[in-house]
Amino acid sequence: MRCLLLLMAAGLSSAAFGVRAAADGYEEARHGMLEAVRRLVADTRVETGRAALAPEVMRALESVPRHEFVPSGLVARAYENRPLPIGHGQTISQPYIVALMTDLLGSGPDRAVLEVGTGSGYQAAVLAELGARVYSVEIIPPLAESAKRRLDRLGYGDVAVKLGDGYYGWPEHAPFDAIIVTAAAGHVPPPLVEQLAPGARMVIPVGPRFAVQHLLLIEKGHEEGEIFTRNILPVRFVPLTGDH
Amino acid sequence: MSRPPASAFLYLSVALVSAAALACEVLLTRLLAIVHWHHFAYLVISLALLGFGASGAFLSLAGSWCTARFRACWVANAAGFGFGAPLCFALAQALPFNALEVAWSARQWGWLALLFLCLALPFFAAANCIALSFLRYRERIAAVYAADLAGAGLGAAGVIGWLYVSPPEAVLQGLAALGLAAAIPMGWGGGRALRAACAALGLAAAFLALAPPLVPLAPSQFKGLSQALEVDGARVTATRTSPLGVLSAVENDRVPVRHAPGLSLASTAAIAPQIGVYTDAEHLRVITRFDGDFARLRYLAESTSALPYHAVRPARVLVLGAGGGAGVLQALEAGAEEVHAVEIDPEMVALVREDFADFAGDLYRHPRVRVHVAEARDHLRARFERYDLIQIALLDSFGAAAAGLHASSESYLYTVEAVRAALERLRPGGVLAFTGWVKVPPRDGVKLFATLIAALEERGVSDSDRHLAWVRGWSTATLMLKRDAWSAAEIDAIRDFARTRSFDLVHVPGVAREEANRFNRLDRPWFFEAAAALLGPHRERFFERYKFHVEPASDDRPHFSRFVKWAHLPELLRLQRQGGIGLLELGYPVLVVTLGVSLLAGALLILAPLAFLPAPSPRPPARAGVCAYFLCIGFAFLAIEIAFIQKAMLLLGAPVLAVAVVLSAFLVSAGIGSLAVQRSAARGLPVRAVAVAIAALSGLYLWGLPAFVEAVATLPLVLRAALVVVMLFPLGVLMGMPFPVGLRRLAAAAAPWTPWAWGINGCASVSGAVASTLLAVHFGFSAVVLLAAGVYLLAGALERVSFPRSG
Repeated sequence: MRCLLLLMAAGLSSAAFGVRAAADGYEEARHGMLEAVRRLVADTRVETGRAALAPEVMRALESVPRHEFVPSGLVARAYENRPLPIGHGQTISQPYIVALMTDLLGSGPDRAVLEVGTGSGYQAAVLAELGARVYSVEIIPPLAESAKRRLDRLGYGDVAVKLGDGYYGWPEHAPFDAIIVTAAAGHVPPPLVEQLAPGARMVIPVGPRFAVQHLLLIEKGHEEGEIFTRNILPVRFVPLTGDH
Repeated sequence: MSRPPASAFLYLSVALVSAAALACEVLLTRLLAIVHWHHFAYLVISLALLGFGASGAFLSLAGSWCTARFRACWVANAAGFGFGAPLCFALAQALPFNALEVAWSARQWGWLALLFLCLALPFFAAANCIALSFLRYRERIAAVYAADLAGAGLGAAGVIGWLYVSPPEAVLQGLAALGLAAAIPMGWGGGRALRAACAALGLAAAFLALAPPLVPLAPSQFKGLSQALEVDGARVTATRTSPLGVLSAVENDRVPVRHAPGLSLASTAAIAPQIGVYTDAEHLRVITRFDGDFARLRYLAESTSALPYHAVRPARVLVLGAGGGAGVLQALEAGAEEVHAVEIDPEMVALVREDFADFAGDLYRHPRVRVHVAEARDHLRARFERYDLIQIALLDSFGAAAAGLHASSESYLYTVEAVRAALERLRPGGVLAFTGWVKVPPRDGVKLFATLIAALEERGVSDSDRHLAWVRGWSTATLMLKRDAWSAAEIDAIRDFARTRSFDLVHVPGVAREEANRFNRLDRPWFFEAAAALLGPHRERFFERYKFHVEPASDDRPHFSRFVKWAHLPELLRLQRQGGIGLLELGYPVLVVTLGVSLLAGALLILAPLAFLPAPSPRPPARAGVCAYFLCIGFAFLAIEIAFIQKAMLLLGAPVLAVAVVLSAFLVSAGIGSLAVQRSAARGLPVRAVAVAIAALSGLYLWGLPAFVEAVATLPLVLRAALVVVMLFPLGVLMGMPFPVGLRRLAAAAAPWTPWAWGINGCASVSGAVASTLLAVHFGFSAVVLLAAGVYLLAGALERVSFPRSG
């Protein structure tokens, strides 16, 4: 009985999510954004190895009110398929990149996902829509505070946001089924690799703000010490011309 | 009209305002490089110099009104420059321009336009002072021009010297004071009101010179330093400044700096405590805590850059670009007996040796370490020691290429000649190693590999593949060139190094395709395929078909970071809209945009005054002829100046030194040339003859330069700089003549046209500078010099057409 109640509650809350995003007057803009993402995904299917993203990822993108995650002056541009500045030298990623990274991490209910670099909280919200248990660490105090408040207000209160140094991950909740690092550095913190469950994936956008050069996908093998990476180019580009 | 000022006062005022304006130009490139990024600095400054062109257009219209109030107008413009320089910079800095967003938002281009208009204002005012003096003293035009050039020359050298002792924001204020002071000799001879104004300007100048900087620098929030300072606990604990850049040392006890580029994913070693050092608020290098215990530095052996230590066990190591000493520690940790650290920036060395000597364990005084403050290529040429390993790891021009900022800048360290020079410094069995960031699709790595092959082939090596090795991690890759062929044991060591650290092989003799894309997978083994193609028989075809320009760089075309091919620019620009800006090396398109805008604006500034130019009687010179003449000499002067600045870099090491020495040598000597025109020594000399002499002399220098560079390489720097000055002096004297000769002729035939000619010269200088750089990227600096010589000859031929002798 208790289980049933819980299920009902879950059902209700996800319905509530839908309602929240559906009646905010931005449906059309959000739809346009989804279309842009879909087109770009199709365009880059060779580079990313996927012609379309998982339907639940697209649904998550459709459910999260992105305009709530950008500074008030930029609300009108929230659904453009581009990154936007959110203050403190940080950005909210391009929707296409958010979608692609989410898809690369894989989905499934009740997965533990660690996010290093909460920023606006948008990526965390998208992950939460997919039913993940999201643990997010933000290093810049005002961003951590505002993201937590925003996520609470929008019904993503289950997302755990912590102010602190993401380098050491969040050992109390490790191992993670997926890790996403939004602030790329010259090296991947060894503690994060350690907190990745066997067979799990980590994704890192590489490149300066506003210009993701490629996505680094790190996969931990099931064997001890096995680590593989994949470089995924988020644009359509063949380095050679002619009869290749 | 007031009494004309005594000549000495006139010349002093002109020289002061020119010195301040040129110094300001040099300074603004530094300021903007700190606040934004340096390719935008280049764009903005080039365009801001159109202020000179605008001054010509303005005085073509308002010249007679202004000359009637000469002193007052002059003083007002000098004050305009003096107050304008810091105010306009403060305003420009407050604009919400974000260089990184230009790809995403048209609005940013609007901000950029405003930025450059803002910065053009002080130059407009300074140029007005000079053009007004031409108008008012048409019989002394050549002498005024001489004062202008001499002042500018001293300004160029002076500002570089000044930047060694004061931070850039303080220098800006000093230059503003200089601009205000320039008004005083001119205004003092005027009426009572003017004298009062001059007294006030004098007070303001004194205040600006003595007050602490009123406009603090505010780097973009997206620069590395700004982001590091957002983090809880971060603080700047030391700042050192020189013309090479502003160094900011950042410490954070709560969230330590951890910089270990290229660290293996398999590594579990902890990173030692570090102090981050940012140059111009970007490009992080670190000073590492060192207490003599090498066990804490184990992580340094886990990056791709450690590869040569595992392949050959070198005893004597040369680290080029030592920075905060991470590469030196890496060598010590690996057991090197003697490490020579070369660092160009004395302030960086001072941070390690003085400010943080305890923290760094006095690394730069370690018994196994010797530090040389020198430019890398210069060091290779001037010293005859030999090494087992020359290590070049993540230097600015190769390393910070994340956004491809350097496409139009030169690096004499990644040319075929540089590799050859380095090879000569290797002991038998010695290795040359380069480490850079991995970029996908591959660009710089491929180009460097091609460069190494070319250098080997020049030495007559036919089996280059047996001398090369290339290992790739997810973030960095390391290329090695061995003087002799790799032994089987060394190849095994390389394989073992890569496998245990989850790095992939790109090339070792006998590499298999399966080894190239195992740990860090790309959709194809692009790097491996590129290396194979470069070593195979179809190299030329590969160069042709590859979408980036990856042919080796040479000393004549040292633009290592230029990868964009014209033919693929449209495709890259299209990708940019999808977020593919990472693929676009910004420097090159920025150069093209700058040229386009400068040509458009120049055309407008030259053509617009045409409608207002009065037709003097009885025989006005042909407008087209006058325009062509001044365009030619404006372009050619800048082209030769820029080409010789580049050539001098090879001779003098640090680019900033080359700029200061060449610029001031050219300007001061050109001033003397102009003075000769005034003093009648050269008055009758036809421009033709001058042009022939310029062409002959620059041709001679071009031919003799490589041998000259080799011959003087071991002389002390001061002596080399003196030689450059002596060499350029006769050329500069000649180049200083055509402009005043033409202007004098024009003043005699149509005096009110002189501002127009001044404007043409200004516009041609701006476009000429940009065009020369672009031409050099494609055809080399020698071609630029030859072209300029040709254009001078053309000007010589035009002289008779443009200025028919009326008497």
